[in-house]
Amino acid sequence: MKLLTGNELGSGAVTWWTGSGWSIHVEDAIDVGEGGEAILHAEEGARRVNAPYIIDAIPTPEGPRPAHIKDRVRALGPTVRPDLTLKPADPAAGDWII
Amino acid sequence: MYKYDNYDQAIVDARVAEFRDQVNRRMAGEITEDQFKPLRLMNGLYLQLHAYMLRVAIPYGTLDSRQMRMLAHIARKYDRDYGHFTTRQNIQYNWIKLEECADLLEELASVEMHAIQTSGNCIRNISSDQYAGAAADEVADPRPWAELLRQWSTFHPEFSYLPRKFKIAVIASPEDRAAMRLHDIGLELVRKDGELGARVFVGGGMGRTPMIAPEINPFVKADDLLSYIEACLRVYNRYGRRDNIYKARIKILVHEIGADEYRRQVTEEFAHVKTLGIDPPLAELERISAFFAPPAFDAADVEPDRSDPDFAVWLDQNVKPHKQSGYAIVNISLKPIGGIPGDASSAQIDVMADLAEKYGFDELRVTHAQNIVLPHVAKRDLFAVWQALREAELANANLDLISDIIACPGLDYCSLANARSIPIAQKIATRFADAERQRDVGELKLKISGCINACGHHHAGHIGILGVDKKGVENYQLTLGGSGAEDVSIGKITGPGFDEDGIVDAVEKAVEKYRELREGEERFVDTYRRVGMDPFKEAIYG
Repeated sequence: MKLLTGNELGSGAVTWWTGSGWSIHVEDAIDVGEGGEAILHAEEGARRVNAPYIIDAIPTPEGPRPAHIKDRVRALGPTVRPDLTLKPADPAAGDWII
Repeated sequence: MYKYDNYDQAIVDARVAEFRDQVNRRMAGEITEDQFKPLRLMNGLYLQLHAYMLRVAIPYGTLDSRQMRMLAHIARKYDRDYGHFTTRQNIQYNWIKLEECADLLEELASVEMHAIQTSGNCIRNISSDQYAGAAADEVADPRPWAELLRQWSTFHPEFSYLPRKFKIAVIASPEDRAAMRLHDIGLELVRKDGELGARVFVGGGMGRTPMIAPEINPFVKADDLLSYIEACLRVYNRYGRRDNIYKARIKILVHEIGADEYRRQVTEEFAHVKTLGIDPPLAELERISAFFAPPAFDAADVEPDRSDPDFAVWLDQNVKPHKQSGYAIVNISLKPIGGIPGDASSAQIDVMADLAEKYGFDELRVTHAQNIVLPHVAKRDLFAVWQALREAELANANLDLISDIIACPGLDYCSLANARSIPIAQKIATRFADAERQRDVGELKLKISGCINACGHHHAGHIGILGVDKKGVENYQLTLGGSGAEDVSIGKITGPGFDEDGIVDAVEKAVEKYRELREGEERFVDTYRRVGMDPFKEAIYG
């Protein structure tokens, strides 16, 4: 599957295309298939996302898992600061990245 | 310390206002990201993995307590309560919001700080010896020269769009604490028949093509130095490659045309530049130098009480001799076992500022090894300083030991990285957590980069580690024998790479082989140079 990701223009936060908008949670991301480029340009033009790009991901029961470790780090947060990730209460969350 | 004059303040304030307008236009959609990106980079603002990252300049690594407190304030108000001190004596914040950035820069400007020229193809922050003004072995204080270069390079119209970024280091001691010869230009101030001048080295660097800068001129008189450097830059700006980013640094130019030809061209250009009258008049040099006059040293030379064994260990490891009797140089290690190299919380930054104000003539330095220095502390105050540092978890007695690791932010933060650096540093430091074992190993510079750009200086590590992407999986190459000091050398790769745990084991095997083979007072790198790679390869790969 393919996901569309980027950053919020103002805050810089990592965001994922949900089909109707943007979420900071990769679990909310949808498969954009071959239609990602068109969404990318429209959303970037409207400044609803900054520096967007399309990535490969693998569907799992818990939601999409980006294929490359770099995007998994982006999705969750730094592995060395669990307290700064999106799941600070789950010390094992970093295992999902590796 | 240097204090801004009205002109300095005006140009920094004007830049903040200009950037505020640029941000507003970007937020309003009047300019695209492609148009905005070079503008924000000129103000040190990157877009990294999780958010915008701001790199704040700390000129030649020197700052006072008021500025240090501002760095803590920025961390609290605009970031997530910490900052990351870098190998170029700067500080980076990892979670900055674009919409708040101009306010942040305005606050920085109020204490004579900025983020100008911390990115882009321009002359970056001038780096220097963290012991400047305190080292017994310096022939002169390098800071006035670093400041002169800062003023000369700031908004230099001819050098704002160089083929590639440009880094200059200035030292004034035979002992190189600033990796001088691994810079685009390295200057070592020297005296010849009593006259001050500089050895000029050009074309060093790390990155994907590490090179040690050759000596281009063994002695440039101080009166000519600015003109000579201008000539060095002009030749580069004219002939440096702009068609290939990987061949655009000055080291490639110097290597391709040869040091002799480069020297010839610089000499020719220098003869022209010298007619332009850009070297500052003596009065200006004296004005700048006056800011760096030694503080009023008046402490008696008393040896500290060593009865507390932990304090004694810290004294031996982290405190260095000062040129003034009664004083010492205090190194504050930002490398706790299992911690993140170079990171400090806002509370810790405040503690260091307080200590500088109370015990250190209000001065702090950032080192290229990602530590902090209090350059002038009376020996009578060392115990009190140590107690305060211990309270703040800053009394790590590991300066220059294997756990005093330089590490780039790596894949945990950096969009260029291929692998994580910090977890490797944490695992190695934890493996060698035993303080006695570390001290027995002795000086060992271990440096880790998360990609070939080498921000973690792995080429210059006695032991270096380079993270690479091997089919989507982190892999780590090991190098041995590098040095960024006066015995400068580039490390050599041992062989096939390792996974995360494998690289920690490999480092330990190399260290144990050293302990087995060392003779006398040899450091790790000395033994490596004597016996060569083979015994280490055999130990590592068996």
